[in-house]
Amino acid sequence: MFKHLFKLIWNKKKQNSLLITEIFISFLVMFAVFTLFVSFYHNYKLPMGFEYKNVWAVNYSRPESLQSVRGDSVMLFNETVKKTVMSLNGVEEMSFVSNNLPFSNSSSNTQVEYKGNKTFTNIYNNEESYVKVLNLHPVEGAWFSKKDATSTYKPVVINEALKAKLFPTENAIGKELGSDDANKMRVVGVVPNFKDKGDFEAPEEALFSRLDTGDMRWSSAILIKVSPDADAAFESRLYKTLSNAISNSNIEIEHLTDKRVAKNKLIVVPMIIVMIVAGFLIINVALGLFGVLWYNINKRRGEIGLRRAVGATGRSVSSQLVGEALVLSTISLILGCFFAVQFPLLQVFDLKSGIYLVAMGFAILFIYVLVILCAIYPGKQAAAIYPAMALHEE
Amino acid sequence: MIRLENIQKVYRTDTVETLALNNISLDIEKGEFLSIMGPSGCGKSTLLNIMGLLDAPTKGKISIAEETTAKLDDKQLAHFRNKKLGFIFQSYHLINDLKVLDNVELPLLYRSSTAKQRKELATSALEKVGLSNRMKHFPSQLSGGQKQRVAIARAIVGRPEIILADEPTGNLDSSMGNDIMDILLELNRTDGTTIVMVTHDENMARKTHRLVRLFDGSQVQ
Repeated sequence: MFKHLFKLIWNKKKQNSLLITEIFISFLVMFAVFTLFVSFYHNYKLPMGFEYKNVWAVNYSRPESLQSVRGDSVMLFNETVKKTVMSLNGVEEMSFVSNNLPFSNSSSNTQVEYKGNKTFTNIYNNEESYVKVLNLHPVEGAWFSKKDATSTYKPVVINEALKAKLFPTENAIGKELGSDDANKMRVVGVVPNFKDKGDFEAPEEALFSRLDTGDMRWSSAILIKVSPDADAAFESRLYKTLSNAISNSNIEIEHLTDKRVAKNKLIVVPMIIVMIVAGFLIINVALGLFGVLWYNINKRRGEIGLRRAVGATGRSVSSQLVGEALVLSTISLILGCFFAVQFPLLQVFDLKSGIYLVAMGFAILFIYVLVILCAIYPGKQAAAIYPAMALHEE
Repeated sequence: MIRLENIQKVYRTDTVETLALNNISLDIEKGEFLSIMGPSGCGKSTLLNIMGLLDAPTKGKISIAEETTAKLDDKQLAHFRNKKLGFIFQSYHLINDLKVLDNVELPLLYRSSTAKQRKELATSALEKVGLSNRMKHFPSQLSGGQKQRVAIARAIVGRPEIILADEPTGNLDSSMGNDIMDILLELNRTDGTTIVMVTHDENMARKTHRLVRLFDGSQVQ
């Protein structure tokens, strides 16, 4: 019967080409949508790599008095602010950090090099206490400490993604990055991947560098780990304390949990829009398929009547029409898969091959389900055609 | 072979009730070639459809090959039609998107058979009607007479005991009509196939064993 269906479709290839094209395009659109979904879901399932609950981010503008002073003076000022904040009951830990806070829209990149192997990475400047604020757990080595301040090289901690790029088969600890002796950095620790761009973004390469006197003057953000019972009253107290400590400055306190939600919305909202657009497309495709199949049935009433006369049951007529739609879909899907498989083969985007393959599987399943749903009712209508009537009409 | 007892067929719409067949009783013997004649709208095709189990009577009983068909479900009816009956239609009812050979194979698709068996049987049927040289053609490449011969090959490919022909020569000129009639007579004579033929053509009807005339749904001869 399959051969028979294939012959019928092949001999009507001109009439069927439009339907094949429609299903082919729908498959490609669904493949794109599912690739996005699968990729976001894959990222969502990855561990965050740090703890953001009960961590507050403080952004402040540097007072004019600190604009043109030496780094030592800034460091001294920061020490004073830190002591004042840490004296507050409810503050567990704090760290001055660069402005690319977790879940913020700021980013800071640098190029690192190891034995001629160059790669770009996010760079995060912070203090020794940063590891406690975000509850990071180094998997190799340790976080930098105050003792590193006197070392010849600048101590840095990298994440596993950067380690995989620079030292895929070697131990990272003790390796020196950079070609220029003056700016060499030594890897002292490796931490798990760090998903600071939100739940749905893939973790990127990260390099954590110790804030030294030279960097301090550019830092205008603080991360504060607060106790779980920290409330609005505490936030108000913290604000007043910071305002007093950093006079003539605009201070903004945000909770990382809120920043995470806001950051995730940047992905979720466009995804909802994509889903709505894809939904409209699916409705159009479904209506198109339904219309074509319905038209085919009305056009083929004589053939259906004849098939019933020569021994087809109502069910086999219905199955034949659904089968024809499935054969047509299979032709479209083979064509579609040929194009879709180029994405993992050519690594068009920086996504794992598995994501494309899963998305392809979902898109195939989706198209088959859609085609079956659109073909079932016309198929049933065909089965209900009265053979004597259909043969007489012809 | 075919027994019809007090067959009545009424077509009903919301406002109109039409009596298409009124108390038709008929016995058709195995190997008989029967023709049914009558003016347009007298119920000839309705009667043939009822004999072919394509339509159900409003009242009355049909038995074919000593089997009462009233209680057969859709699947059993389809199986019965496939095994016992062959149909020939005035407008041929060939599938234009299939080649001649595939058209002839059609009834065999609904029974268990291999592709090789189907091809052998279809080729043999086409040889019988003298069209073995047109197997790879599409119906649109054939004349009316050739199309009807393909339809006959399709009707006989499954070796049915009964052939029901609804005006098989109606669309053909007299020469082609005679050719088709000769094939049917030959099938009846050599294979012993029971044939029931609806026709408007008195000359064709005279060539058959028996003639039944209908008028306004009733049997008049």
